[in-house]
Amino acid sequence: MIASNSMTSAIAVTRFGLGARPDELSAANRDPRGWLKSQISRDGAEQPSVSLPGTVDRLAVFAQYLSEVGVLKRDGTISDAPTAAPSAGRMTDEQGAKFQQERKQALQPVLEGVRDEIFARTRLATATSQPFRERWALFWANHFTVSTIKLQSAVVAGPYEREAIRPHVFGRFEDLLVASTRHPGMLLYLDQARSAGPDSLAGEYRKMGLNENLAREIMELHTVGADAGYTQADVTEFARALTGYSIGGFREAEDTRGRFLYRPQLHEPGTRIVMGRQYPQGGEAQARAILADLAASPKTAAHVARKLAIHFVADAPPPRLVARLRDSYLESGGDLAHVAEALVDSPEAWASDARKFKTPYEFVVSGYRAAGASPSDAAKEVVQPLTYLGQRPFAAPQPNGWSDLSADWAAPGALVKRLTWATRFSAYYAPNGAAPVDVAAATLGDRLGAAAKTAIARAETRFEAFSILLMSPEFQRR
Amino acid sequence: MSNGSNFSRRAALKYGAGIGVTFLAAPALAALPEGRRKLVVIICRGAMDGLSVSPPVADPNYAALRGAIAIPPDAVLKLDGDFSLHPKLAAIHALALSGEARIAPAVAIPQRIRSHFEAQDLLESGGEQLYGITTGWLNRALSVQARGANISALAVGTQEPLILRGPVEIQSWSPGGKVTQDMQRISSVLTDLYASDPTLSRAFASGMETEAMAENMGGDQMTKVAAQPAKAAHDYAVTTAKFLTQAGGPSIAVISLDGYDTHANQGAANGQLANHLKNLDDVVDGLHEGLGSAWSDTVVIAVTEFGRTARINGTGGTDHGTASTMILAGGALKRGGIVGDWPTLADASLFDNRDLAPTLDVRQVFKGVLRDHMGLEARALDGSVFPDSGNARALDGLIA
Repeated sequence: MIASNSMTSAIAVTRFGLGARPDELSAANRDPRGWLKSQISRDGAEQPSVSLPGTVDRLAVFAQYLSEVGVLKRDGTISDAPTAAPSAGRMTDEQGAKFQQERKQALQPVLEGVRDEIFARTRLATATSQPFRERWALFWANHFTVSTIKLQSAVVAGPYEREAIRPHVFGRFEDLLVASTRHPGMLLYLDQARSAGPDSLAGEYRKMGLNENLAREIMELHTVGADAGYTQADVTEFARALTGYSIGGFREAEDTRGRFLYRPQLHEPGTRIVMGRQYPQGGEAQARAILADLAASPKTAAHVARKLAIHFVADAPPPRLVARLRDSYLESGGDLAHVAEALVDSPEAWASDARKFKTPYEFVVSGYRAAGASPSDAAKEVVQPLTYLGQRPFAAPQPNGWSDLSADWAAPGALVKRLTWATRFSAYYAPNGAAPVDVAAATLGDRLGAAAKTAIARAETRFEAFSILLMSPEFQRR
Repeated sequence: MSNGSNFSRRAALKYGAGIGVTFLAAPALAALPEGRRKLVVIICRGAMDGLSVSPPVADPNYAALRGAIAIPPDAVLKLDGDFSLHPKLAAIHALALSGEARIAPAVAIPQRIRSHFEAQDLLESGGEQLYGITTGWLNRALSVQARGANISALAVGTQEPLILRGPVEIQSWSPGGKVTQDMQRISSVLTDLYASDPTLSRAFASGMETEAMAENMGGDQMTKVAAQPAKAAHDYAVTTAKFLTQAGGPSIAVISLDGYDTHANQGAANGQLANHLKNLDDVVDGLHEGLGSAWSDTVVIAVTEFGRTARINGTGGTDHGTASTMILAGGALKRGGIVGDWPTLADASLFDNRDLAPTLDVRQVFKGVLRDHMGLEARALDGSVFPDSGNARALDGLIA
C-alpha cells in the first residue's frame, strides 16, 4: 500500500529520520522528500562535538594506561592487550588487591573517553534537525563496526567513527572503505596492525606472522558478502596483500605516532591472486588495488543495497527496492549520495505499514526527541539504560555490528525492559506543555492509530500517557 | 503428525506418558513429572579454541604447533593420559572427575565454513545447508515435544538466539527488569494495543509472565545480578537454574557467552582466552549449584561455531578453524571417556593443512541428547528437528 500524501511526512520523520522532535513534522510537511534530500551533504555527517580528542590523543591516553600497567613494549608497540595479573602465588592478598585497584585507576581515563563519545553522539542524535543525515551515518558506522568490547579498540572507536566514517558517508563507497580499513581503530579492532607476511623481513627475523581477521571481515562484512563465492585461499591472499597496514608506535617519530603507517618490513613480497584477479607486487598500493576492485564489484553493490533496504524499510525488503539501490550504486560508481537519493525516490520505501522494529538505541533516541529533550547525564541517562536494554553504543558484540532484524530485538524480556525504561523516563521527561494527545499527534502524525490515541487520552496522568505513547506499536515501529 | 506419535517407545517407557500411545496401555513405571528433564545449551560465540579448552597434552605435535599459547603440561587439569582441561575450568574438571562432565574434542558443524555468522546460523538452525532454515533446532524439538508435554524454553539475555526461534513460543529473561505497580496498569492497556501486532503481542505477554515468575523467586539474587552483569556469570547461572526448577518453569535454557574470537594475544594458562573460559566455568558451576537436586536430571552442552587454527598465528593468537571441543556436563550423563575419536594433530591429519579435523558432527551429539535425555523419537530428529540429517546418526551412550 502506498502512503497517502498526509502520511508521507510522518513516514519521513519516523522511518528515515530518528523520530519527530516537537516541531519537526510541520517542518517536513511541505515537502517530505525534499526535506530528506536537503540533508544529503557532500560534507558527510554532522560531528557530535568539536571538543572530543582525536585518535592520536586517545591512543596517547591508552599508551599511558599500558605503561602504568606495565605492558607497553620497549619498541613502542601499542596493540598489546594487558597481560593477566602476576600469578596469585607470588602475591599476598593485600598486594593482589592493591594491584587490581591500581589497574582499575589506570583504566579510568580510558573509560571516561569512551563515555564522552557515547554521550556526545547520543546527544547529537536526540537534538539534530537533520535526522536522516544522522541515521545514514549510524548505518555506515554499524556496517564498518569497530567495537569497544576489545580494550585496544575501545579507546579509538569514537574517534574512528568521527574521522573515518562520518566525513565519507555521502561520498564514494571506495573512499569510505579505504578510510575505514586504514584507520587505527579498525587496524586494532581486527588485529591488522601487527600482521606480517611470513616472507617479509619481520616474518623472517622477528618471527612475526600473518593475521587474516581484517581481510576476511572486509570481504564478508564490508564488501562482497559471505555468499560471493570466494575461498579460504582468497582470504589468505588478501591478508598477505594487507600486511604492512599498521600504526605508528609511541616511540617512533612524532608525525607517525598513532597514525596509519605502512611498514614495508611487514609486507609479504610477491604477486597476489584474489577472486581470480592478479595484483602485482606494489607495497601499500597492492591492497589498495584490491579494495578498489572490491568496492567496484556488483556483489558489493548488491550486498550494500540489501543491507540498506533492510535497515530502512523491512526485514524482508521488496526485491524491487533492493534492485533500485543496487543499480544506483553501479550507475554512479558507488556514490553514496546518489544511493541515498535513490532510496528517498523509491516508492517501495514509502509503504504505509511500518515494518521496522526500533533497536534500543533508536527507541531511546526517539523517546528523547518526542519529549523535545536531550540527556544531561552520560552514565545515568545513556550508558546505563542502553546497556540494560542490550545495546550499549559502540559495543557491538561481534564485527557484523548490531542486528537490524526485529526477531533479534523483539524478545519478550526486552519488551518488558522497554516498558521499565519508558515509565522511568516519562517520570522525568513527559512533556507538560501540551495535551498528551497533541504530543502524540506531533510525534507520530498520521501514523498514530485510533486505539493508541484513545488509550493516551484516557490515561490517568501525563506520565502514564507518555509511557503509553512510547510503548505503542506505532512508536516501537517505524 | 498425529498427537503423541512422536514419542518413541523408549521415551514413553521413561516418562510413563501414555498419551495416544496405544501399545502402552497401562504404564507401570514410576512417571517422571513433565518437564523434569532439564537441558541447558551454552553457546560460546566467536569460535572457542578447543585446543585450549581441552589441551591434548599427549599429542606429540601439540606443543610445537601452539608455541607460546600451548597450555603448559604442568598447568593443565588432567582428565586421563591423553586429555586435560584448561586450568580455568576447575569446576568442570571436578565434575569430570566424578563422571558428570565429558568432552568431545573434535566436533564441527556439517559445513566447512569459516564465517562466524554463517557458522552460528548453521549451528543454531540445525540445517545441513546454509540459508535453508530460519528457525532453530531447539524450538523445533520443542514443537515436537510440546504436543505431549508441558515443556517450554528460556532464552537468557537481551536478544533472542536463532536456536530458540520458531513456532513454539519461548520465554526470555535478562537481569534488571522489575515490574512496578504503574507498569502493571500500563501493561493491560498495552496488551490491548498490541492485539493488532502479533509479534509484539506474543512477546509482551510472555515477557510479563516471566517477570512475574522472577518476582516470585525473590529479589536478592536478581538485584545482585543486575548490579554487576559482567562479573556475575556465576550468579547469572544460579538465577537461570532457579527458573528451571520453578514449578511450571522451563525445561530448556539457552545462554550465550561471547569474546572467544582470539586472533591476537590469546594467552595460555592466563590471559584473554583464560578469562573467558573462567566465565564458562562459572556458568557451569552456577548451574550445578542452582539446580540442586535437579542436577541429576540435567544435561548441559557448551558448544561453539567452529574451532581455531591448530598453529599459533603471527600475532600470538589463532585464526578461524574447523573442529573444536564440546563440553557435556550434568548428572544425567553416562560416565565415560572422551566422546568421539581424536584425529591427532599430525600434519597429514590437519584439515586444509591448518585446522583440527572433525570426527563428529555436532548434530550427532544434539540428537543423542534429545533422544535419550529429552525423549524425542528418531524419526522426528531426522525429519523436522534436523532435516536431511540421516547420515549424522544420533550418538549412543551419552545418557545414563
